Amino acid sequence: MRVVLGEDLTLLRDGLIRLLTAYDMEVVAAVDSGPELLRALVHHRPDVAVVDVRLPPTFTDEGLRAAIQARSALPGLPVLVLSQHVEQLYARELLSAGTGGLGYLLKDRVSDVLRFIEAVRTVAAGGNAMDPEVVSQLLARHGRDEQLGRLTAREREVLALMAEGQSNAGIAARLVVTEKAVNKHIGNIFTKLGLYPAEDANRRVLAVLTYLNA
Amino acid sequence: MADVGETVARLVRQTPRTCARGLALAAAAVGGLPLFVASLACVLLLPAGLGVVFAPKSLLAVRRQADRQRRWAREWSGVTIAAPYRPLSAKPANRLFLVFRRCRWVLGDPATWRDLLWTLVNVPVSVVLGLLPAFLLVAGTWFVVDDCGTLLDGWTNVVPSDFLLQVLFLSMLPACVIAGPWLLRLHAAAASSLLAPTRKEMAARVGQLTESRWEAVDASAAELRRIERDLHDGAQARLVAVGMNIGFAEQVVKDNPDLALTLLAEARESSGQALSELRTLVRGIHPPALAERGLDGAVRALALSLPLPVDLHIELPGRPAAPVESAAYFAVAEVLANVVKHSGANRAWVQLEYDHGRLIAIVGDNGAGGARPRAGGGLQGIERRLNAFDGTFAVTSPAGGPTQVTMELPCELSLART
Repeated sequence: MRVVLGEDLTLLRDGLIRLLTAYDMEVVAAVDSGPELLRALVHHRPDVAVVDVRLPPTFTDEGLRAAIQARSALPGLPVLVLSQHVEQLYARELLSAGTGGLGYLLKDRVSDVLRFIEAVRTVAAGGNAMDPEVVSQLLARHGRDEQLGRLTAREREVLALMAEGQSNAGIAARLVVTEKAVNKHIGNIFTKLGLYPAEDANRRVLAVLTYLNA
Repeated sequence: MADVGETVARLVRQTPRTCARGLALAAAAVGGLPLFVASLACVLLLPAGLGVVFAPKSLLAVRRQADRQRRWAREWSGVTIAAPYRPLSAKPANRLFLVFRRCRWVLGDPATWRDLLWTLVNVPVSVVLGLLPAFLLVAGTWFVVDDCGTLLDGWTNVVPSDFLLQVLFLSMLPACVIAGPWLLRLHAAAASSLLAPTRKEMAARVGQLTESRWEAVDASAAELRRIERDLHDGAQARLVAVGMNIGFAEQVVKDNPDLALTLLAEARESSGQALSELRTLVRGIHPPALAERGLDGAVRALALSLPLPVDLHIELPGRPAAPVESAAYFAVAEVLANVVKHSGANRAWVQLEYDHGRLIAIVGDNGAGGARPRAGGGLQGIERRLNAFDGTFAVTSPAGGPTQVTMELPCELSLART
């Protein structure tokens, strides 16, 4: 799997290269500024881009904007955005830049190496990986929502995991229940929220996020 | 009726004080005359050269007298007269130029000339208004004591014109009691007409305050941005790296213990660096020593941490308010940092004292000299910080040194040394 990395802090860039390489990914380019990132993405067309939101020269959301721009040039280019803080606003902008192959994680998540690597692979395969923090912010915002209020505590947990991009099997493993039980919960959630049931993990996540982001 | 009685009693009790204050006004006014003459002489001597040195000194003495007049007006009569003086500009200069600038600053301020005019006008005004209460008191008392008997004996024989005169004499004491404070207020009002800022000066002051406020707000916003950036790229990033290394080590510890050990060692190093960066950052926000020991202790602690010997002369009878203390500390710290970075000095000195409502900080070094505040540089940052407190900042740094930075901050000290 070919990866382009956009991270300006040497310490983290080197660590990420070492980590990704150890899990059989090839970092074809590691750049430290917005314009370079855009060039590298268009030039290398990687399987996935791992991008820090804040990059030089402006030290604003340069990385995020470069990624969104690259996706308009290369539709569907998988992008995993990393940041030291998550903002719903950024998540929404990212999701508005087309479907599939999108992730937005707190940098802290790299300490859970296996889940981080899984998230990179999920995004590369066209799936979604939303940080639980973003999801819980979304859920909190909709906490007083009437329809959401009808969900049971368990169904809310399942919804949160779906929004993070977990598959049914993944959700079952996390909640320590059978896949059949997860299926039942998901059916209930879709009915209560008035969403069309969907098997495709990506469409599912989008449906959930679209609902929550509305 | 009880209220009237109380008021009268209070007025009577205050009368000796009012008379004494009137006498003080008159004495101060007459005592100011030699200064007026001296100032005039110095100004006339300006072309001869020596006046450049002495005129500001003498005119500043006039200014101190005027300040005393303002203080008395406020404390005795409740008449607030704001000081109208322009601040001394803070651009760097060598010593000779500083003398000229000081001269221009004093002579170029219209308030200086109004002060001088007041010194003259004050003499007749104070002699009349200031001596009147005491005169009424003494004359009235003398009349009562000396003539009271005569008056009572010969009451029936008094001719009408004499009678009016007697009434006038008798009314002197009540007049003193009632009109005394009013006379002092009249004097304060007269002083205000020359010593208060003119409308134009007020407008200039408002403009200057608006500017310094904007600079202060701007400086503090920049400071917050710097702190956020330092945290984001520093401690926060290092902690992410620590997490990543430990997580990675966890995964490989069984198959590749050597790599795991390397990763853990790196993690430990990163966490140490994160802590040290946090410490530096905290010191930059509010030094712990400043919180614990005040300006005196914090400057001492700072001096010990520098790579060159710093002579300290600190005489502060109390602590200034926290914002002033912090501004003074960072100003001294920034200047000392410049000394270490740029001057090539092997000796520095810091003098901190409090004099006439001003905290004075002098930082000097025996280095190469030629220090200039650059736009966006550290010295300019200090100037902005001090401006917010109406403080002044002056650099003397001739080529070849020594460099001396003098900073003054008007403030009050709380006497409790905590």
